[in-house]
Amino acid sequence: MPRLMADVEACQGYGNCITGASDAYDIDDDGKVVLLTEEISDADRPRVEEAARSCPVNALSIED
Amino acid sequence: MTDPRTVVVVGASVAGVRTAQALRTEGFGGRIVLVGDEPDLPYDKPPLSKQLLAGSWSEERIALLTAEAAAAVGIELRLGVAAQRLDVADRQVLLIDGSTVDYDAAVLATGAAARPSPWSATSGVHVLRSMADARRLRNDLEVDRPVVVIGGGFIGAEVAATAHALGREVTVVDPLAAPIGRVVGREVGELFVDLHTRHGVNTKFGLGVESVEGGAGDLTVQLTDGSQLTAGTVVVGIGAVPNDGWLASSGLLVDNGVVCDQHCRAVDAAEVYAVGDVLRWFHPGHGEHVRVEHWTNAVESAAVVAHNIAHPEDLRSHRPVEYVWSDQYDWKIQIVGRPVGATRHALVGDLTSADRRGAAVYTDDSGVLRGAVAVNWPKALLLCRRAVGAGASFDDVVAQLDRLPAAVAAPA
Repeated sequence: MPRLMADVEACQGYGNCITGASDAYDIDDDGKVVLLTEEISDADRPRVEEAARSCPVNALSIED
Repeated sequence: MTDPRTVVVVGASVAGVRTAQALRTEGFGGRIVLVGDEPDLPYDKPPLSKQLLAGSWSEERIALLTAEAAAAVGIELRLGVAAQRLDVADRQVLLIDGSTVDYDAAVLATGAAARPSPWSATSGVHVLRSMADARRLRNDLEVDRPVVVIGGGFIGAEVAATAHALGREVTVVDPLAAPIGRVVGREVGELFVDLHTRHGVNTKFGLGVESVEGGAGDLTVQLTDGSQLTAGTVVVGIGAVPNDGWLASSGLLVDNGVVCDQHCRAVDAAEVYAVGDVLRWFHPGHGEHVRVEHWTNAVESAAVVAHNIAHPEDLRSHRPVEYVWSDQYDWKIQIVGRPVGATRHALVGDLTSADRRGAAVYTDDSGVLRGAVAVNWPKALLLCRRAVGAGASFDDVVAQLDRLPAAVAAPA
């Protein structure tokens, strides 16, 4: 299954990923990304991939 | 479902690139041609006034799409060739080199251009919109001479902060007493004036510019109160205008952007879509046509259009909550919704010093949260972004913000 990856150092707390996929991403009190799940289904992939691509600093990726 | 065979995307900045990528993510199996007027590979624009101008990020780091990545998903690049004309009847884009691209669906993503300097100085006066602009400005900022920034909006304030960080003496001029007040209201806008002065950047706000004369290294900026500023470099940040002139002969309705329905389809050609800064669409939540020059709107409209092209049986509306950010000095500023037009606001946390977090939240007579500005406080902004989308009550949101851990030092 596709795996979610996050670069917490790069994350600046823009929050676009959460607007696109609030079931996959959140941010903590310091404004850093938190992954809510490690893997996603193939059916969810388009939506979550577009959410990952909405990160202004490319902190998010999805690996097969 | 019948995929159009060829989608041409005209414009290779973030809206166009993300549309092309999202088409593949959405399962579109046809041909994708991405046309861009600049010879450079697609790059991201927000860092041009910040990390790239400061020299802390390389040009490679702001790449949006490499040639390899484009080839891997079957996106044909036609870079360095501007589109000259759109022939809606024949479904064809004509490029300036005389070639044509036939399409079954077209996505207009030509963005906006910096409003040019209306003043007569011969050299040393910059705008900042493209990589080429950033290279030229960066080159001039290498020399230690005073910088005058005309326009105190986001671009102007970011350039001022970057030039100041490079060690330059900087003065910002704007006809409004509190320029960011255009977006956040006068009272909160005053806090952004303090941000400049706290860092030792001069402000000449509430004053217009009569003239800019001279050339690079020896420029004179004449202000409406009769005073003068001397500068080695002048940067003009007075807004942007949509790149829609090439569509004048297309027959499409163009009125400060391409006029589209709630699905981002041109109102007079269902196979033509627009995304990003050049899109003026009917926002179903606001009940009016709007044009939004924000990075996030470019990306979100790209996702909607890609979906609508790949899945015409399941059209999505573009109904975003406005969101924009700006980095100025030690403030990471995030703005959501529509603070302008509010009748009342509340401050939570601390917006008067560098190492604190704070937010301003806005409402009107309805009592519903209509917008928010957060400084160094992403968690508060996220809360407000969700609340604006949900139509939450202003009082409830203020109470929730008061309960967030706000006293923690801001991230570096």
